[in-house]
Amino acid sequence: MSHSHSDHEAHNAEAMAEIKKVTIILSVFTIVELILGFWMMSMTSAALKLAIKGTIVILMMAKAFYIVAYFMHLKHEVKNLIMTIIVPLSLFVWFIGAFLWDGSSFRNLRNNYNPYFKEQSTIKVEKKEEEHGAAKHEATEAKHESIAPTNETTKPAKEPYY
Amino acid sequence: MSTTTTASPNEAKLWGGGQSPFSSEYGKVMMWYFLMSDAFTFGAFLISYGTVRFSTNGWPNSNEVFKSFPFAPEGVNAPLVFVSIMTFILIISSVTMVLAVHAGKNMDKQGVVRNMILTIIGGIAFLSCQAWEWNHLHSEGAWWGMNPFLNADGTASTTNFTNFFFTITGFHGFHVFSGVVINIIMLIMTLLNKFEQRGHYLMIEKAGLYWHFVDLVWVFVFTIFYLL
Repeated sequence: MSHSHSDHEAHNAEAMAEIKKVTIILSVFTIVELILGFWMMSMTSAALKLAIKGTIVILMMAKAFYIVAYFMHLKHEVKNLIMTIIVPLSLFVWFIGAFLWDGSSFRNLRNNYNPYFKEQSTIKVEKKEEEHGAAKHEATEAKHESIAPTNETTKPAKEPYY
Repeated sequence: MSTTTTASPNEAKLWGGGQSPFSSEYGKVMMWYFLMSDAFTFGAFLISYGTVRFSTNGWPNSNEVFKSFPFAPEGVNAPLVFVSIMTFILIISSVTMVLAVHAGKNMDKQGVVRNMILTIIGGIAFLSCQAWEWNHLHSEGAWWGMNPFLNADGTASTTNFTNFFFTITGFHGFHVFSGVVINIIMLIMTLLNKFEQRGHYLMIEKAGLYWHFVDLVWVFVFTIFYLL
């Protein structure tokens, strides 16, 4: 974009209008994200939750675009400068895809071949421990201890498996 | 070798010498490249968080972990409320930073000073919120290597959740802290008329780029830790 210096005032007003517009967009997107977040709390359907999470990620990317393009003025830079920043960052597409895929593959492998890992993720902890500092969980079977107030003596502590 | 066979006239002029081909000052271009490398650092943190979360069967519910609010009675259930205030503080401080940069372009010293002060106040407010939240979580028994929260399905959780939370928000908080220090230095330099003497407020623009990046990272950290 080229601006002549004569219409300095007009350019100023234009810049202020842009700042105002982007501020409103960022606020509205954040509020929509929060509404979706509150709505998601009472939701039980996993598919619907996933759809909401996808929407939140899209809103997040849109917010990132507005901050970089307008607040950081990248949109008004020379195209070559934009490219030297955006092209390396596009590596993230591969990073995110590859590493999340790897993570979920590792989970499947462990669930299939490591019975202890699988068992650990099915045993429910009976009650939350209130003691501060010593954050050790006693993993106990659901029916096993409903009366015992001190869970110190009943069962040896089972450390969660990493 | 012919140099102008494929290049458009505009491009030939940009790369023909005698001017910066990026029409940008050296320090500003380098600030962009620094921020790009910083984006990779934060990206690596967040992607490793995602990988570990995807490789684990259960994970704590953020709405149960982050449900507290300062000065509210113990056991209050206000998920997302406190963190949304933190988010808006950072967005507003980003807006005041844009206004400071804008004032600098107009050589408006008063405007720069006013908006830099507001930005610094916003940064300190954010850091105070984060300090309260860390302190509160620590009093609940959460820290590096300690996780008092159960998974959402009631099974025992690992310390991965707290390790990632404190590392990533800590790294971001450290960036906010350095941003506030940089902004204070910029404010002092403005008050000493350094930029008036130089004839331009480019340093404010560079500090502004850094500050917006801090806000940008928070957009990701906030979404990934508190919403997803």
